[in-house]
Amino acid sequence: TLSQQAASGEMGRTTIIAIEFDGGVVLGSDSRVSAGASVVNRVMNKLSPLHEKIYCALSGSAADAQTIAEIVNYQLDVHSIEIGEDPQVRSAATLVRNISYKYKEEMSAHLIVAGWDRRNGGQVYATLKGLLTHQPFAVGGSGSSYVYGFVDAEYHRGMSREESQQFVINTLSLAMNRDGSSGGVAYIVTIDEHGTEEQVILGNQLPTFFDQ
Amino acid sequence: MAASSVMMPYFSQQVSSKSDMVPDWTRQEVSTGTTIMAVEYDGGVVIGADSRTTTGAYIANRVTDKLTRIHDRIYCCRSGSAADTQAIAEVVAYQLGFHSIELDEPPLVETAANLFRASCYRYREELTAGILVAGWDRRKGGQVYSVPIGGMLVRQPVSVGGSGSTYIYGFMDSNYKPGLNKDQCMELTATALTLAMERDGSSGGVVRLASISEEGVERRVILGNQLPKFSTH
Repeated sequence: TLSQQAASGEMGRTTIIAIEFDGGVVLGSDSRVSAGASVVNRVMNKLSPLHEKIYCALSGSAADAQTIAEIVNYQLDVHSIEIGEDPQVRSAATLVRNISYKYKEEMSAHLIVAGWDRRNGGQVYATLKGLLTHQPFAVGGSGSSYVYGFVDAEYHRGMSREESQQFVINTLSLAMNRDGSSGGVAYIVTIDEHGTEEQVILGNQLPTFFDQ
Repeated sequence: MAASSVMMPYFSQQVSSKSDMVPDWTRQEVSTGTTIMAVEYDGGVVIGADSRTTTGAYIANRVTDKLTRIHDRIYCCRSGSAADTQAIAEVVAYQLGFHSIELDEPPLVETAANLFRASCYRYREELTAGILVAGWDRRKGGQVYSVPIGGMLVRQPVSVGGSGSTYIYGFMDSNYKPGLNKDQCMELTATALTLAMERDGSSGGVVRLASISEEGVERRVILGNQLPKFSTH
């Protein structure tokens, strides 16, 4: 049935990316949720807020990933009240990692956690399969395989906010062109000390390449 | 492949294949899990490949030459099973040489590509071969034809293949433009292969390049320490 199909929605078939720049982070994702060959949602926003200046990018089983994000959102609220200030990005990533690791046999979700805090500025953490690493950028989902070469070649430290946004948009566009499981629109979230900005890039506004 | 049991038939009766005494890689087929690439430019083609051949996790040959001559101005890049691709390339080289003598002129790249396709399609159930056929002929200049697993045939201005190719589709899409010259194609190929070799465990070693044009074939090797470096490493 349609509702059963929707319940088995897979976001592992996706493309997500997060990158640090001097002063903040940019997160990006495609918008396709597929159940087998059917696209059950073509405008899904896979960038989920954990706190005002901390977001996560979801991939893997849609249900697992969304549940982890909601639980950590709650835990971070409690934590930030207890300490009386905004939580660190590392704390959010640790909470996500703790759930991913404890339930690694039952769940299949990979969340990339990225945000800005006062102590360490912009940071990106990968939490695949229950590990926790801090990286200058992270890509995930099925579409990420096709863009490893591109991001390795094009990434460099010291990019500006606009350069980082363009880098994320280009990467998502390339992945969405090659990966049948990624597509739709591109969602971008930019976080720095001044605030959080969400954007949508529609399909016809994405960059095109030599064979299009 | 079962090479060890042929060499030591008596020994293998005593040692079961599950025993720790017989290493795992002796039971694996030899594959060119690999990265290969071919690019057309005005006047010829540039082809490139990594140099790693694996049996399971063991690197059987770290300086393999996967750019195989089929005719004077036609080469192929091999990926998949080492045995299958070597056998097919030998057959096609023979068929093409014969055909060229009959015609009394150099063969067309499209002909070579069709010979590959004929073998790869007819025996598609038994073979594991992904091949790029590239070369120069007087009629159409530089051409690249892709014959992936399954045996289809398609001409493309730029093509990548092998296990490492998935990682460089994005790089290729963004960096290739029609109208590049020979040196730009060489640099694009060397960079793309390096990126793939960094990410794919089945690709590595040195980068072998060749350019094919009316003047002839020019081959180059780029050693590990001379490969381009990227800021994430």
